[in-house]
Amino acid sequence: MRAIGIVLAGGNSFRMKELSQKRAVCAMPIAGSYRSIDFALSNMSNSHIQKVAVFTQYNARSLNEHLSSSKWWDFGRKQGGLSVFTPAVTAESNFWYRGTADAIAQNLSFLKNSHEPYVVIASGDCVYKMDYNKVLEYHIAKKADITVVCKDMGPDVNVDRYGTVKMNEESRIEEFEEKPVVAKSNTISCGIYVVRRRQLIEMIEKCAEEDRYDFVKDILIRYKNMKRIYGYKLHDYWSNIATVDDYFNTNMDFLNAETRNYFFKQYPDIYSKVDDLPPAKYNVGAQIKNSLISSGCIVNGTVEDSVIFKKTYIGNNCYIKNSIILNDVYIGDNTHIENCIVESHDTIRANSYHAGTDGIKIVIERNDRYVI
Amino acid sequence: MIKKEMIAMLLAGGQGSRLGVLTSKVAKPAVSFGGKYRIIDFPLSNCINSGVDTVGVLTQYQPLRLNTHIGIGIPWDLDRNIGGVTVLPPYEKITNSEWYTGTANAIYQNLDYMESFNPEYVLILSGDHIYKMDYEVMLDFHKEKGADVTIAVMPVPMEEAKRFGIMITDENRRITDFEEKPANPRSNLASMGIYIFNWKALKEALLANAEQPGLDFGKHIIPYCHGKGEPLYAYEFTGYWKDVGTLNSYWQANMELIDIVPEFNLYEEYWKIYTRSEILPPQYIADNTVVERSIIGEGSEIYGKVYNSVIGCGVTIGKDTIVRDSIIMNNTNIGSGCELYKAIVAENVEIGNYVKLGIGEEAENETDPHIYNSGIVTIGEKSVIPDNITVGKNSCIFGVTSLEDFPDKSLASGKTLIKAGDEK
Repeated sequence: MRAIGIVLAGGNSFRMKELSQKRAVCAMPIAGSYRSIDFALSNMSNSHIQKVAVFTQYNARSLNEHLSSSKWWDFGRKQGGLSVFTPAVTAESNFWYRGTADAIAQNLSFLKNSHEPYVVIASGDCVYKMDYNKVLEYHIAKKADITVVCKDMGPDVNVDRYGTVKMNEESRIEEFEEKPVVAKSNTISCGIYVVRRRQLIEMIEKCAEEDRYDFVKDILIRYKNMKRIYGYKLHDYWSNIATVDDYFNTNMDFLNAETRNYFFKQYPDIYSKVDDLPPAKYNVGAQIKNSLISSGCIVNGTVEDSVIFKKTYIGNNCYIKNSIILNDVYIGDNTHIENCIVESHDTIRANSYHAGTDGIKIVIERNDRYVI
Repeated sequence: MIKKEMIAMLLAGGQGSRLGVLTSKVAKPAVSFGGKYRIIDFPLSNCINSGVDTVGVLTQYQPLRLNTHIGIGIPWDLDRNIGGVTVLPPYEKITNSEWYTGTANAIYQNLDYMESFNPEYVLILSGDHIYKMDYEVMLDFHKEKGADVTIAVMPVPMEEAKRFGIMITDENRRITDFEEKPANPRSNLASMGIYIFNWKALKEALLANAEQPGLDFGKHIIPYCHGKGEPLYAYEFTGYWKDVGTLNSYWQANMELIDIVPEFNLYEEYWKIYTRSEILPPQYIADNTVVERSIIGEGSEIYGKVYNSVIGCGVTIGKDTIVRDSIIMNNTNIGSGCELYKAIVAENVEIGNYVKLGIGEEAENETDPHIYNSGIVTIGEKSVIPDNITVGKNSCIFGVTSLEDFPDKSLASGKTLIKAGDEK
């Protein structure tokens, strides 16, 4: 691959409510066994990108822990490999990352010291599979300055939290709006860009000189008429987990055989840090319907239409429906949980009742855990 | 300078012929166990959990699966700059090239490997037992007693003692005598096949007995050391330890894992068992299913009913299929409407629709009654069984079978159906 990779993983999203209190969105657990950033990293690895930088800022502990070894994505390399860049005080700057372009600007030496001609920039909070080589080929064929991966959303999808683009018949992007009040197009930017490395350095340096910090606003939108910016349409599954509802729905999508088949059974695989947990265990009284159960779980109760993440204990006579239970949760006997997302490491006392009546309820309960 | 206090040598070259077709294509240490593990994961995890970070794995019989499983040792954190895990197959020499002819002969042929780490102690392990043991505690015992050789032993019921190598000790646990499978045992301390040697004593004993054909620890090295009057001690281990050498003991050890709180608990935090996980996604349990008293590995999809069973990773169990008291290993597909009773199905097996395994009266196996017994149906790896076949108890199928192989669409109890030969 003739590109290096950048994964933007610094973001927090207030729309994730309490779920983002203790972790960056990119570290959100997905589909039982993964974290959101696994998808971008696996795509990079499967596209044979050898050198990847992850930019983190917001509450990165959970993310750093996940990235503590890069071998799971096959980035444990002498040449290249995975680097994690957090904001640092330097002779030139003592700022946090003030935006995506600023994050790149503060680590410009990573770009300058590389020799690969192209850069793939991806955000770490999207769930998708993609061969970036295809985008790169397209980028070269179009003689583009920047290629933006786009997706047509259904006509009934509210796109006001995305960047929307309008392309001409040659796929050149003519309009680019960030979070429009009234969208002119239902084609959105997926937050995946291919750009020539020198071109990127030049634009980022210019931006920094003018005290501009945002990649979308200050580069894509400002340059859209001067530079040749093209859209590459992605037709397969893609989901961004910026809101609680999106997060919930993305996980629930994996109850669908088609989605599971696409991500888990078809080449290439998605990789993640291995947790060394024993197989899931079902005791007498366990009743499971249409659910995903991860390794290390012990189930004694009823689970329906739910996604249960790793190492969860579900007590006797519990009823879990249409919910997401994150890692290492202990649920005491006779508990009813419906339409909820239960935060990781929670301990829920026996005989509790949690139900989201008006949308999804986020349950955070930190009780003492009595080990059985 | 390289220096390791204790290194481990793990004997993993045996076939384990009493596991029948389960070991036709893989060495016994590479056979699946407990849903996602392989037998060798237990001694390897014990090593790293005990702080032993240098392990030589001696392979000989069908090593491919073992080699790929071990790789460079990443799952066990045995990918080290110095030490780590090394696979040691037999190799050609200028003179006297030979296979590993016995347990101690295998170690003898790798004297150079051991020498390169300049160890004080060498731990000898075998790759076919299920247990959790802190070898560091055993080493402390070895040092405290000033032993040259320490043999791990476990107390067994007196009536079973005649099946084992028995150690007779004095009150200080010093070994005064030993007997191999005695008719009238004088003690109930059975050797577990785990030894700690002072490196000097081991080297000397191996060199002195190098010419002995089939050089074996139990038969030659231990008697030699004892005969010389070296201090031999017995370290008593009372935790869970299971030999899974026969189909029945293998089946039982798996079934013990599904108890509410099993004696051998994989869910403990402080002594994890590590394995190579190729399959990561969660398992999916569909509508109209029953999963009861079972453990299931990653990425499996269950559309049928599973009772009292151990299911590996990447297994698909079709609609209206009933699996009871069975072991299904990784990546096996079972069609719809099947019934499996007390079956052991190895990896990558394809079972069609409406197949019934373990039906009818028990009958003694016609070819290998000492292997296929206890009512278990055994299906070898990569076997294919077509639709609508009924198979009896104490039977065995291995290979790609078609309808012609089953007159009356059935295989009676006690029959063996092996379609040998290479895959085309």
